[in-house]
Amino acid sequence: MMGNRFLSRVTVVAIVAWVAVAMTLVTAQTPGYKAPRAPDGKPNLNGIWQAINTANWDIEAHSAAPSPVLELGAAGAVPGGLGVVEGGPLPYRPEALAKRNENRANRLKLDPEVKCYLPGVPRASYMGFPFQIIQSQKHVMLVHEYAGAVRTVYMTDQVEAPADSWMGWSNGRWEGESLVVDTKGFNDLSWFDRAGNFHSDALHVVERFTARSADTLNYEVTVEDPKVFTRPWKMSMPLYRRVEPNAQILEFRCVEFVEDLLYGHLRKQPSQ
Amino acid sequence: MEGIRGTRASRSLAALVIVAVASVTLAAQAPTYKVPRTPDGQPDLQGFWSNATYTPLERPDSVTKEFYTPAEAAAAEKAAAARENAETEPGTVADVHYDFTQFGLDRSQATLARTLRTSLIVDPKNGKLPPVTAEGKRILAARAEEAKRLGGRWDSAQSNQLDDRCIIMAGPGPPMMDAAYNSNYHIVQAPGYVMILTEMIHDVRIIPLDGRPQPPESVRQWMGVSRGRWEGDTLVVVTTNFNGKNPLRGSTENMTVTERLRRVAEDTIEYNFTIDDKSMWERPWSVEAVMRQTAGPLFEHACHEGNRGLYNTLVGARLEDRKAADAPSKTDSK
Repeated sequence: MMGNRFLSRVTVVAIVAWVAVAMTLVTAQTPGYKAPRAPDGKPNLNGIWQAINTANWDIEAHSAAPSPVLELGAAGAVPGGLGVVEGGPLPYRPEALAKRNENRANRLKLDPEVKCYLPGVPRASYMGFPFQIIQSQKHVMLVHEYAGAVRTVYMTDQVEAPADSWMGWSNGRWEGESLVVDTKGFNDLSWFDRAGNFHSDALHVVERFTARSADTLNYEVTVEDPKVFTRPWKMSMPLYRRVEPNAQILEFRCVEFVEDLLYGHLRKQPSQ
Repeated sequence: MEGIRGTRASRSLAALVIVAVASVTLAAQAPTYKVPRTPDGQPDLQGFWSNATYTPLERPDSVTKEFYTPAEAAAAEKAAAARENAETEPGTVADVHYDFTQFGLDRSQATLARTLRTSLIVDPKNGKLPPVTAEGKRILAARAEEAKRLGGRWDSAQSNQLDDRCIIMAGPGPPMMDAAYNSNYHIVQAPGYVMILTEMIHDVRIIPLDGRPQPPESVRQWMGVSRGRWEGDTLVVVTTNFNGKNPLRGSTENMTVTERLRRVAEDTIEYNFTIDDKSMWERPWSVEAVMRQTAGPLFEHACHEGNRGLYNTLVGARLEDRKAADAPSKTDSK
């Protein structure tokens, strides 16, 4: 009886350990899934994709919190999240950490999302809005619903970033099952999330899009920015296919939604 | 300056003659041109295109024929370019605006989508918009009232023009029209989709080709909702569900735009469209235009993000208001 119990306990521990190792392998390596081929023979990543997580609130692990806008009550409250950053905390340089904390304290005033500005990279990928991958041999387009943000990934006609921009300049390549997108040429104006995490114009982002099942992608991002961080760091998350037959990217042309916020104080007063 | 202008004008003139000759040749050759196919078998429209043109939408009153001769077209283009590039007088308000030519923004420095047509409108035959309906006249009057209610152009952001507000410009349409500058487009195709990126405010139109129905009428968009299909080598795109807030020569939210894109040469897409809006015009009207291959890539046009112009003009207008309010009235000064 005793022996049996002990044995079974050992077995359970062994199985748990084995499963843990196997799971590590699965996450570390690309799962065995192979995407259907596009007509040109490359993995077919075409589709409308969306992140389901709270990374846009804070890419790091965080608890639920009240809404930053009183009137929105529970409707505007922050849902908790386990974070999408591998390891942690984010390796900020001391002065950069101070700026992040200042950003966080003043996020309603400073977050570019509040002003309907272009979201930057990788934030565009996990804002909670869908985006569509349109994949041709020369160009892979990433078309986002939020603010009509769009990225052109140059697969063949590659050049260095000709100028700094919000969405950067992306050159891409296929590495086995993965679309690897290398983006530089950013300005220093976009953020990673609503928690004030930010970057400089030295930002260099490498993203890997890999099919993990018919309707999910693995999205892995390496972020390098020596002006802000002491070392490169990674984030990863699944992206989910919008499988509704009528799914489509709709307009979220938010400029007109923020005009009173940005320019309302400059409205002509009736008394004048 | 004169010399540079002259050189450019004569270069444009030479190019126009070549294009004119080429289009005659093209017409003769057209049947032999085979549109390349994408890997999934669609006619291949991919690449970078321009629809920059000096050809007016409506035929000028002084012109009675449908086509210019190449020499007349060159003269009309030269005159239009001169008007566009006219230098402002130093020290005047107009001079505060940047010089289009200095930044290569004028059409004469763009890839021009030339034709010999005297107007883009081909139907009605007189090259002019059809008569406005009685309902259309009521709508136009109501819009004028609304504009008056919003006040002067500098009274608020909302009373300004859509392009100055960085909301939408002329390029994306539909229909896609010359945008005065940056009239550049990038077409990318994937199985089941054609995507058209407009350089102006990075506006993207994703056109599904699977025959899906239009969304409910309650879904209204600035660019409407487009559905496409291939008819042979021609991409036919039907767009409805407009929000009507960006009228094209008066159009309403009830507009249906039917566009036809057909690649007729390596460097040319024939771009024809018909506007049907019974709330505004007594009958549909149609345009025949072209898109010409241009050098890529397109650049990020972060219009709203860099919109100092709107902010500064509003600040200036409020300062003017205060100055006017603070100025001693005539009775006080007596």
